[in-house]
Amino acid sequence: MAAVVVRGCGGVWRRTWQRGARGPGPAPRGQHAVACNARGGAVPAGKSGPAPWVPVVGLEIHAQISSNSKLFSGSQVQFAAPPNSLVSFFDASLPGTLPVLNRRCVEAAVMTGLALNCSINKKSLFDRKHYFYADLPAGYQITQQRVPIAVNGSLSYSLCIDNKMNQMVTKTVRIKQIQLEQDSGKSLHDDTRSQTLIDLNRAGVGLMEVVMEPDMCCGEEAAAAVRELQLILQTLGSSQAVMAEGQLRVDANVSVHHPGEPYGVRTEVKNINSIRFLAKAVDYEIQRQIEELENGGTILNETRAFDSKLGCTVPMRDKEGKQDYRFMPEPNLPPLILYDAKSLPANMNHQQVVNIDWIHERLPDLPSVKRAKLVEQYGILPEHSFTLLSWLVFLCNYATHCTSPVHAGIGFLLEKNEDGLAEFFENVVKQTQMKPKKVIGWIINDLLSHLKQHSLTVKESPVSSFLLADLLNLLVKKDISSTAAKQVLAELWKGEGKTPLEIVKKKKLGLIQDQKELEQICQAVIDRQENEVMAIKSGNQKVLNKLIGLVQRETQGRSNAVVVRQILEKKLSE
Amino acid sequence: MCFQVSAALRDGHVTPTELCQRCLSLIKSTKFLNAYITVAEESALKQAEESEERYRRGQPLGVLDGIPIAVKDNFNTAGIETTCASNMLKGYISPYNATVVQKLLDQGAVLLGKTNLDEFAMGSGSTDGVFGPVRNPWSYSRQYKEKSVPKSHSEDEESNWVITGGSSGGSAAAVSSFTCFAALGSDTGGSTRNPAAHCGVVGLKPTYGLISRHGLIPLVNSMDVPGILTRCVDDAAVVLGSLAGHDPKDSTTIQDNFKPFELPNLTDVSKLSIGIPKEYHAPGLSSEILALWSKAADLFKNAGAKVIEVSLPHTRYSIVCYHVLCTAEVASNMARFDGLEYGHRSDMNKSTESMYAATRREGFNDVVRGRILSGNYFLLKQNYENYFVKAQKVRRLIANDFVKVFGSGVDILLTPTTLSDAAPYTEFIKEDNRTRSAQDDILTQAANMAGLPAINVPTALSERGLPVGLQFIGRSFQEKQLLTVAKWFEKQVKFPMIQLEEVKRHDHGVFQHQKSASFS
Repeated sequence: MAAVVVRGCGGVWRRTWQRGARGPGPAPRGQHAVACNARGGAVPAGKSGPAPWVPVVGLEIHAQISSNSKLFSGSQVQFAAPPNSLVSFFDASLPGTLPVLNRRCVEAAVMTGLALNCSINKKSLFDRKHYFYADLPAGYQITQQRVPIAVNGSLSYSLCIDNKMNQMVTKTVRIKQIQLEQDSGKSLHDDTRSQTLIDLNRAGVGLMEVVMEPDMCCGEEAAAAVRELQLILQTLGSSQAVMAEGQLRVDANVSVHHPGEPYGVRTEVKNINSIRFLAKAVDYEIQRQIEELENGGTILNETRAFDSKLGCTVPMRDKEGKQDYRFMPEPNLPPLILYDAKSLPANMNHQQVVNIDWIHERLPDLPSVKRAKLVEQYGILPEHSFTLLSWLVFLCNYATHCTSPVHAGIGFLLEKNEDGLAEFFENVVKQTQMKPKKVIGWIINDLLSHLKQHSLTVKESPVSSFLLADLLNLLVKKDISSTAAKQVLAELWKGEGKTPLEIVKKKKLGLIQDQKELEQICQAVIDRQENEVMAIKSGNQKVLNKLIGLVQRETQGRSNAVVVRQILEKKLSE
Repeated sequence: MCFQVSAALRDGHVTPTELCQRCLSLIKSTKFLNAYITVAEESALKQAEESEERYRRGQPLGVLDGIPIAVKDNFNTAGIETTCASNMLKGYISPYNATVVQKLLDQGAVLLGKTNLDEFAMGSGSTDGVFGPVRNPWSYSRQYKEKSVPKSHSEDEESNWVITGGSSGGSAAAVSSFTCFAALGSDTGGSTRNPAAHCGVVGLKPTYGLISRHGLIPLVNSMDVPGILTRCVDDAAVVLGSLAGHDPKDSTTIQDNFKPFELPNLTDVSKLSIGIPKEYHAPGLSSEILALWSKAADLFKNAGAKVIEVSLPHTRYSIVCYHVLCTAEVASNMARFDGLEYGHRSDMNKSTESMYAATRREGFNDVVRGRILSGNYFLLKQNYENYFVKAQKVRRLIANDFVKVFGSGVDILLTPTTLSDAAPYTEFIKEDNRTRSAQDDILTQAANMAGLPAINVPTALSERGLPVGLQFIGRSFQEKQLLTVAKWFEKQVKFPMIQLEEVKRHDHGVFQHQKSASFS
């Protein structure tokens, strides 16, 4: 059991565990049970609870495969096409039609399986899962229940503790399996006319269902794991994984139990359509279950939907009551056989086989490898590599900023599309003499915060990597001060098409190159600041900075601080 | 042995249009057989015309060009209703052709219409379709009338007619009554061979995977094969040659190229080893058929073939396992008929669920609903291991029985096709569909369980003047060997031609011309 908790949420969880684990029985009298969030803010779980609660979170993720055609038919796959315009006879389940497996979907699943450290089953099987629903025309979904294409993998993801970027921890969630299956169509319920309209465009699109073991313990972990998976899928190109377009759908299984006891009854939370909502939904559900149990209630094994407007989960009416899916082997598809270099038959048509080794050799660098390379190549901090290659930013601790009692202690996430930030950084580095370590500061502090303020994506940035590099080069060449550089950047954001140099010239932001002029300004400052000069002369060198600042102000940032310091030191020692 | 219609077409003795018209008029005069659900007169004549044009140019597409054919009404045909003899699909016009239909059309065959069957091919009598039972043409033959003694004179001949067997009874009756030269059936547990036996025609069930099922409305996907009904074995070989081979739309078809073949005339059977499976002495096997079976074995023995008794020990478990697997797949396959996308939809609109329920209650007959119910029972989580998985394991044992026997040097198995000759309709319907299917599929479904090719060859007339056939079962994908032996046997037994009094009376001239007509 201990292992379960160790896999749980960070240091505080372990502390909680140790406290609760003094004996197999209840915690010492008088000690309050606590639940915690990832950041370590212990939250009293109830007034008289016998022991702390351990939340357990598992995820089932449906990723739509990025493919021109559907899993078993030749229909095109396209988001937001006119309703029922992408429906083949098979998709509409016309009698007599048969499934024909799309090779591209198989390759995408193999790629994803390899990227998630899975073992790829060289023989996998398809099954029918039966239920009646209007957007499931055949009355069954073809899936891989018995032997899926990939099993026993793992996914490492990182998150920061206490909201501090420099306190990142890396965790691992086990991947139980990846299975290929068909997507369903869409039902549009028109309650006023009591009609249901069916759009079958999505029916039969290939999905990879990624089943994660219940190795997580809070919303933030779940969110970080899904974000990492999303990045991996996008890097592989096996799924576009845009949650807003339904290409990545996450169901969360949540339960709570006392340490040392068996897992509690779990609920399944659906309807989660953003990573931010995932964290909220999971944390809400954990809190709800704890409160329910603390108040003497029980948890039902039910499906709940997350209501993003209310920020809570509500019971969902089940599709067909208690479901028995009556699984059965799909008789129209032979077993899916994959090969590797060793097992590849010599006389086999290469168009007809999928070679695992071939795919393995061609896997692109995964985000974790890319981050390591960024750190190694450019000498930037690991946390900066995450900023460059991840799109989750844990902005603040919700508990301290939010008064909502429901959400107290729940981490707040800010999602922002920073796709391409790493490329932007690398492009700037290529075009400037400035050290990458310094460039990263400009990227994170200036570019990113500006984009965030204006809700822009990296691709929408008015300042291109070329312009930023140009500006940084002026700084490196000491043509301008960093203060002036910020002013130039402020002009560049306007996107008026001027080059940094033009702005420098027009606004006269260039450094004063004339030594004599600088010396005169320094002298004027010294003459005006008798007290400060006295202090410096009596040994308080810190006051020199004030003089430097005054010179900077005098020159409106157009003086080189190093040169100014030299001049002032020389003059004061005279 | 067969009249060369194809040669006649080539030589201009008869034109495709004439041939088509004769068949259409025969269909009309034999309407009382109820063999056809839909007659596609207009499109058939158009196809015949196009064929005629090709012959005029001297460029026929092949042996099948201009040959009138019929197709069981569970194959999709673009533009022609496909009903499965069910209220569920009454009026349903498919937007596409089944691969086998397309292949026939591509080779110039003229599609006359769609033949009757048991609803969704569930049955062994062709008596349980929404369009009524099919009557066996032999009921109206001189042979039957002479030998069957009416129980009393007050009983009119109406009550004497016999069933065709099923479920491809319409196709068997269509071929047997000369309204077409070949017909497609389907064979899941014997649905091609059984009516072929009762109607005195050749019925071939090819190896699973040799012919595409795309467009065949499934009964049991893992056992269904398109079946071929013809008047002689040579014709069956020709049709097989035109249909066999990989279909990218059916992933269970074999990848290897199939080469159409012509059947040699066997002169020497001494190298043949014929197996007589002892388990096929099934309860209820008529003494008449048993005698015929022995006679056939002797025929081979006397001609120098090695005839040995073999054992297929798991045969007796086959029919129950067949029923579990069959109903389970039926339950699954029928799930799509919910009234939403196509087919019957009930007026009940209180909720989607009530609409489903009413649609399926109104659309399916008792037989279909019964199989759906039991199939779903077998697939329930608590029953799956005990029924479905066990049945699958036994299915493997049954298949292995055949592998062992063929591995021991046996080339072909010889068995009866049916337990007896065709029953009068009034007798047949005294038992329910389930009981009948269990009896009638007993000798045929094992070949489906094992995926093996099997053929019914009409052998003799019973004491009542009705056809009796025997079944040959061959090795997987060894259709050529199977058909060669069947052809040799066909030649030996000289099965008599049907003498259709009724048809003569209705349409004397046409019948005379069509008599004994075959196309290859």
